[in-house]
Amino acid sequence: MDFPMFHLDWLNNRMLIAIIAILHVIINHGLAVGFMPFVTWLEQRGVSRSGKDQITDLEWDKMVYKIMKVAFIITTTIGAMTGVGIWFSVALVSPASIGSLIRVFFWAWFTEWIVFVTEVILIMVYFLTWKNSNSSLKAKIRHINFGWYLSIFSWITMAIIVSILGFMMDPGNWQTHHSLLNGFTNPIYLPQLLFRTPTAMLVAGIFGMFLITLFTKKDTNLRTSAVKYASKWLLLWAPISLIGAFIYYRAMPEAMTANLSTAVGTITFAQYYNTLLYVAFAGAGLTIIIGIIGVYKTKLLKPYMVVIPVVTAIAYLGFFERVREFIRKPYVISQYMYSNLLLKDDYVVYKQDGVLKHATYTTVNEVTEENKVEAGKNVFTIACSRCHTAQGVNSVVYVFDRMYGGTGKPLDIASMAAYMPNMHTGRTFMPEFPGNEKEAEALATYIRYLQQTGDVLEGAQEEGITINPNNTASALINKKK
Amino acid sequence: MLTSLFIALQSATPVPKDIPLPLPLPEWLLIFLLVVSFLVHILFVNLMVGGSLLTLWSQIKGLKNKEYDILAHEIATTITVNKSMAVVMGIAPLLCINVLYTIYFYSANALTGLMWLAVIPLVTVAFLLTYLHKYTWKLLENNKPVHISILAVAVIIFLFIPFIFLTNINLMLFPEKWALVKGFFSAMTLPNVFPRYFHFIFASLSITGLFLHWYMGRKNYPFDTIFPTFSRYELKKKGYSLTLVASVIQFLIGPLVLLTLPSKGLGWNLVLVIFIGAAIAIPAMWMMWKGIQGDERTIDKDFKKVLILMTITVVFMGTGRQIYRSNALEKHRELVRLKTDEFQQIKKDAIPKSKEAKAQESTANLTEAQKGENVFKQNCTACHKPDVKLVGPPVIEMASIYKGNKAGLQSWIKKPGKKRADAPQMPGFESQLNQEQLDQLAEYILTIK
Repeated sequence: MDFPMFHLDWLNNRMLIAIIAILHVIINHGLAVGFMPFVTWLEQRGVSRSGKDQITDLEWDKMVYKIMKVAFIITTTIGAMTGVGIWFSVALVSPASIGSLIRVFFWAWFTEWIVFVTEVILIMVYFLTWKNSNSSLKAKIRHINFGWYLSIFSWITMAIIVSILGFMMDPGNWQTHHSLLNGFTNPIYLPQLLFRTPTAMLVAGIFGMFLITLFTKKDTNLRTSAVKYASKWLLLWAPISLIGAFIYYRAMPEAMTANLSTAVGTITFAQYYNTLLYVAFAGAGLTIIIGIIGVYKTKLLKPYMVVIPVVTAIAYLGFFERVREFIRKPYVISQYMYSNLLLKDDYVVYKQDGVLKHATYTTVNEVTEENKVEAGKNVFTIACSRCHTAQGVNSVVYVFDRMYGGTGKPLDIASMAAYMPNMHTGRTFMPEFPGNEKEAEALATYIRYLQQTGDVLEGAQEEGITINPNNTASALINKKK
Repeated sequence: MLTSLFIALQSATPVPKDIPLPLPLPEWLLIFLLVVSFLVHILFVNLMVGGSLLTLWSQIKGLKNKEYDILAHEIATTITVNKSMAVVMGIAPLLCINVLYTIYFYSANALTGLMWLAVIPLVTVAFLLTYLHKYTWKLLENNKPVHISILAVAVIIFLFIPFIFLTNINLMLFPEKWALVKGFFSAMTLPNVFPRYFHFIFASLSITGLFLHWYMGRKNYPFDTIFPTFSRYELKKKGYSLTLVASVIQFLIGPLVLLTLPSKGLGWNLVLVIFIGAAIAIPAMWMMWKGIQGDERTIDKDFKKVLILMTITVVFMGTGRQIYRSNALEKHRELVRLKTDEFQQIKKDAIPKSKEAKAQESTANLTEAQKGENVFKQNCTACHKPDVKLVGPPVIEMASIYKGNKAGLQSWIKKPGKKRADAPQMPGFESQLNQEQLDQLAEYILTIK
């Protein structure tokens, strides 16, 4: 509407964000929030394992250092850059929503940034002073303390960002009092934190165990005892993570659960939803099994066996993020902004005048008999392209064809046009169609055209933009005269 | 067709409406935060880029003179720290510019979309390469060409990325050019990107020179155990020389940047700030010259003064940058405010109209079946038509199945099962429809002709 529309017609815009965000969450939870206490704990074990005349068990310490090195390199490269990547991709795909959120949550993000700066400085201090700290017991203990400070700051970074995530999903709050504190007091905040904290510990334990098996030799004492420690860590956190997952699910606000149950009725979501439950149990269950093997039959444990829970742990986190994303539909900011980035309040104007008239960037601003396909393309860009593609993932042709039985027969323009204005009542995860009747018909014509021609939709990054003559500087000045 | 061609050819200025939410802070404070945090960010970026350039140069020289290889290693250890700081320090200015210039920044981002996004993988790869380079120093000791190539690739990436940022930050200032831009490369060729790029590169070298001077001179730095033949004095002198030469070059590029700036944001306020900033650098350059000409005892003499003066210069230049930006966008932001208000007014006028229309619909004297038809239109037309199969069966078929069985029809609507192989399962309407609506709906369906 007010921004040039970046669009990826094969990958799907949401998928772009999802890939970057899930990668970030996995690294953040698994190699920072949960991993720092895990490593610090192991480093401390090294000191207590050593004899009285030693500072630490050097062989053990070297192994812990190595797994920390992996975490350090990954978090300060891929971890940090995917964090920035979320900003970049959301700003491209969803500029109006992130722009609105920053205006309300500026201080949350600013505080988050300060905590994050501290975290980065601490992780550098912790990792880069490791070797020097082995010179005296006093230095080593100070070093371990740095590890604990680092753990605390990593956790606080997560605790703040969860407030922002929780806020977006909590219906109603945006209108009543959209302030910073509200994010922390909303009903979904604590449950989400209760889920994420133990899950981060769990995933970190699995990553840690995997790295331990990589960096130690088979049948050595070092591997056996390190794997045992990691296993105990897993056995501690796995049940707590499952309980957390359950509380989180239960605490989702009423409206969200209502959405969810409707959503469950739809074919796509039913699959996701069932898989989620399986993955949650499989993820936690598998780690418990690995943990038990690790404690009682340590020697049976092979590196490749640890790969399996690593994959399930990633899926576990990934699916939870996916569901969290899904249940906020049809809104991107609850009750305020729809997933198509149009404000709920502005709909009254769009329904009266049509969306094209008010769009800043469009090649046509009124539907006529001749320009239906072109007009439909613009309507699609404005109202659908944030979640649907023309031919790629979740393409609009595919969803309509599936709805009409998946026959691949030519789509019926009149039925689609009739469906559009009412779609949100049957499919509550869809925003209401914002335009007028003519625009619905143009959109239907365009969708049929897409089906027949296989045409794709290029985003503003390829095609550039065309300015609606209604919304140029000269039009505005002329009106003011 | 003709009209759309006409629209495309004239370079009109778009006036979008802004996000209708107030700024979280007074504007001046946001601008202050933006300028300060950006300077801190760019300082570390300069050290990262300058440091990797210097490492590459030094390591290539080190092929012949081992001492330079050691120097390269010492500078390389600073890159990975500075790069982490560069990233975290970048978040605050990103936040501020997003809030202050939402429309402009995001529009520029979208128009250069793929390349803008490419910043993420490119920087990630460059960072991973700097670690690989740092941690394979010993392993690849006897295979220097491979080892140096790792860094060379990282340097090439580091040298390309500023183009992406400069293109965006430049494009956001010129809404009148937005309609003419097709992708990143066409935006890159807008005037001023290249001069600013070289201005940035030499700033990096200049700042890295001062950093080298400080880093090599630190008291707790075990210089003598690291370098067999270099002396601290020699390296400090090299640092100063680099800064001095780069600063002299800046005096040539600087005017070029100013001259190629489109006139729309120029003003005496800008010229004044830039000239004062440049003037302050002159005594610093003189002191560095004296330092280089002097000997071991005097090279440190004015270092603090040089640092302070150069910092002031940088602050002036950073301020000038912001002054140009606010000059350039001042009028357009005024138009955007007008547009935003105008839309709010349109909305105000539209609300009573829409209420009126709705009221008319509902107050009319409708029969039960007609009311049911409205419920049907609202909730069912997505999938059902009166006489033909759409997603689900036609209404006439329902009427024949449930003839005389109103309760059965209603319970199906509330909680449907799945009967047909050729249709997806219907969603339930228990939470959407109340009993009154269900009665109206059943009346409509069962009496359809």
